[in-house]
Amino acid sequence: MIEILAVLGVPVAGAALLALVGGRERAAEINVGVCLITFAGAVALTVRVIGEGPLLIASKLFFVDSFNVFLIALTAFVGLTTSIFSRPYMRIEQELGHLTPGRLRLYHSMFQLFNFTMLLALSTNNMGLLWVAMEAATLTTVLLISLYRTPASLEAAWKYFILCGVGIAQALFGTILLYFAAEKLLGAGGNALLWTELNSVKGELEPTVLSLAFVFLLVGYGTKVGLVPLHNWLPDAHAEGPTPVSAVLSGLLLNVALYAVVRCKVLVEGSVQTSFARTLMMGFGLLSVVVASLLLLRQKDIKRLFAYSSIEHMGIITFAFGMGGPIASFAGLLHMTVHSLTKSAIFFAVGHATQKAGTQLMDGIRGLVTISPLIGWGLAVGALAILGMPPFGVFASEFLILTTAIHEQPWATPLLLGALGISFAAIFSRVQPMVFGETTVKRLPHRPAMIPVFVHLGIVLMLGLWIPPFLADWYRQAARLIG
Amino acid sequence: MQHIPLWAQLINLLAAVLLLLAFAMLAQRRVLTLINLFAAQGFALASSTAIVAFATHQPHLYWSVGLTLVLKVMLLPWLLHRLILKLDVRWDVEGLINIPTTMLLGIVLVVFAFNLALPISQLANTVTRATLGIAMASVMLAFLMMITRRKAIPQVIGFLAMENGLFFAATSATYGMPMVVELGIALDVLVAMLILGVFFFQIREQFDSLDLQHLEKLKE
Repeated sequence: MIEILAVLGVPVAGAALLALVGGRERAAEINVGVCLITFAGAVALTVRVIGEGPLLIASKLFFVDSFNVFLIALTAFVGLTTSIFSRPYMRIEQELGHLTPGRLRLYHSMFQLFNFTMLLALSTNNMGLLWVAMEAATLTTVLLISLYRTPASLEAAWKYFILCGVGIAQALFGTILLYFAAEKLLGAGGNALLWTELNSVKGELEPTVLSLAFVFLLVGYGTKVGLVPLHNWLPDAHAEGPTPVSAVLSGLLLNVALYAVVRCKVLVEGSVQTSFARTLMMGFGLLSVVVASLLLLRQKDIKRLFAYSSIEHMGIITFAFGMGGPIASFAGLLHMTVHSLTKSAIFFAVGHATQKAGTQLMDGIRGLVTISPLIGWGLAVGALAILGMPPFGVFASEFLILTTAIHEQPWATPLLLGALGISFAAIFSRVQPMVFGETTVKRLPHRPAMIPVFVHLGIVLMLGLWIPPFLADWYRQAARLIG
Repeated sequence: MQHIPLWAQLINLLAAVLLLLAFAMLAQRRVLTLINLFAAQGFALASSTAIVAFATHQPHLYWSVGLTLVLKVMLLPWLLHRLILKLDVRWDVEGLINIPTTMLLGIVLVVFAFNLALPISQLANTVTRATLGIAMASVMLAFLMMITRRKAIPQVIGFLAMENGLFFAATSATYGMPMVVELGIALDVLVAMLILGVFFFQIREQFDSLDLQHLEKLKE
């Protein structure tokens, strides 16, 4: 109880505090401190779950099992590293005249609220509250994306609000249908939307209603995952918002939305008894992988490039969960973890690289390694990791997904391999000249925070070589649950 | 022909009014009238929820009635009124396609919604199940309004009207969602509205207009 209170309460308190003092000199340090306490709470929660198994607390309102515990820890961790990265980054932005203290206050406060909504979405047991938290996450990020108030960022934020607003409304309808099916078995009132209760009666839920509900839920939350053809908001939001926001969007929010989809999938699978949900997820996943890899080739802006890469990876994970089975689901969970760590590390490096070059256009960024070897190597290693080079963790999960696909869905394998090949060519050919070659970049007024990048990449490297036993256990248990 | 109690007939009537208002909004060109229509739709929603609450003895629905009345009939229309006064934007709403075509599209959507709702409403054991089709239809009409309008405020009203339709679906299929969820949704809607209010000013500051044509720079 106390742990979950810390995990959820600290970001809210932090948001309130930063709403008052977020524009001051030391606000960035307070932001880091709040994230640190949240992370400590998440660690305590994790330790407790390792010791005692799944937790069901506060009259069943919160539920922490092997599926969401590592996502909660991951979210708190990436939130922390992002706050460390954002300290020098936002300071430089302020000195460049992109931000006023008022905006900085808004940024810090919204950053904490955004963290809170994601942690709430992950830890709640109530499917209705999950929806409320996802919608709240949309609202906070709208403000974060439009932070610079440039025409392009306003456009991106408006597009994001309208598309995700419509999407999330579909998800609400799906939730209503879910409640409608459950209410007959569990009675009216709060209990009928609790995931644990739904899970225990999933075999008796009306299949027609659940299939329809799943379509709405998948389209709704899928909009936030960035699945093609609902992905339109994603590259704009990533490119126009501040880079720390791009890092948490790609690294965390997409994961949380996908988590919501998978929770729903478990219920629908139990009720429908056909491969309906699987087929839908595989279809959306594969389409996302293929379309995103083709669009990768046409990108000129570095943040858009990696935004499309996020769509591609979300597609891979959705496809893996769609295939199902112990190995594919295990690989999907692993891929969620390593993608989140790698992509946020890349965005950290990209953030400082764009500040150095003064542009987000890739043609304008050259020879990072000569001026600042750390940023250059961070970007190069991050790009290699995300492209699935061994021995990084992304290689391990993609390898598992591909080998399962060869056995179970042979028709999809050439498409997947082709798409991975294209994205390799697209990203590698772009990153190589940015890192090496003649330099065009200048020095930064503050020392960039590069530790988060290498910590992330270090963990990804470790996960590629060795997965800690408790983590592997969770993945296995969660994979059994997901089916 | 089975006997239908008076209150069920009243609900059906209000459902019809709701759908009618959704069409009226689709056809309306003036922003001010659009806001009034939205308030009226909220009122129809609140009345039908109140009747359901009274007839089926679901006291928690009264809270939902109160929320709808305060939020969607008074607060949001008032905010929108103030907003257009401040922004001085009482222009006519230009659609992307002309009104008759939009109306025809709307009719197609209604037919589609009724077909989609048919298998579900047969499973429902609430007395109001027949109105589920109407709820879905009004969600879709609001959606249509959102995608055919070019200006920011009508798009937002479309978004709010969609929320109305969803609430109506929740009451007609299940006698309302659990309280904690309803409160959360209401909070989200309110916050969304406040954020958008601020947002309108920013958009206008940048572009000198609320015409979303200016927001078409970002591609691919």
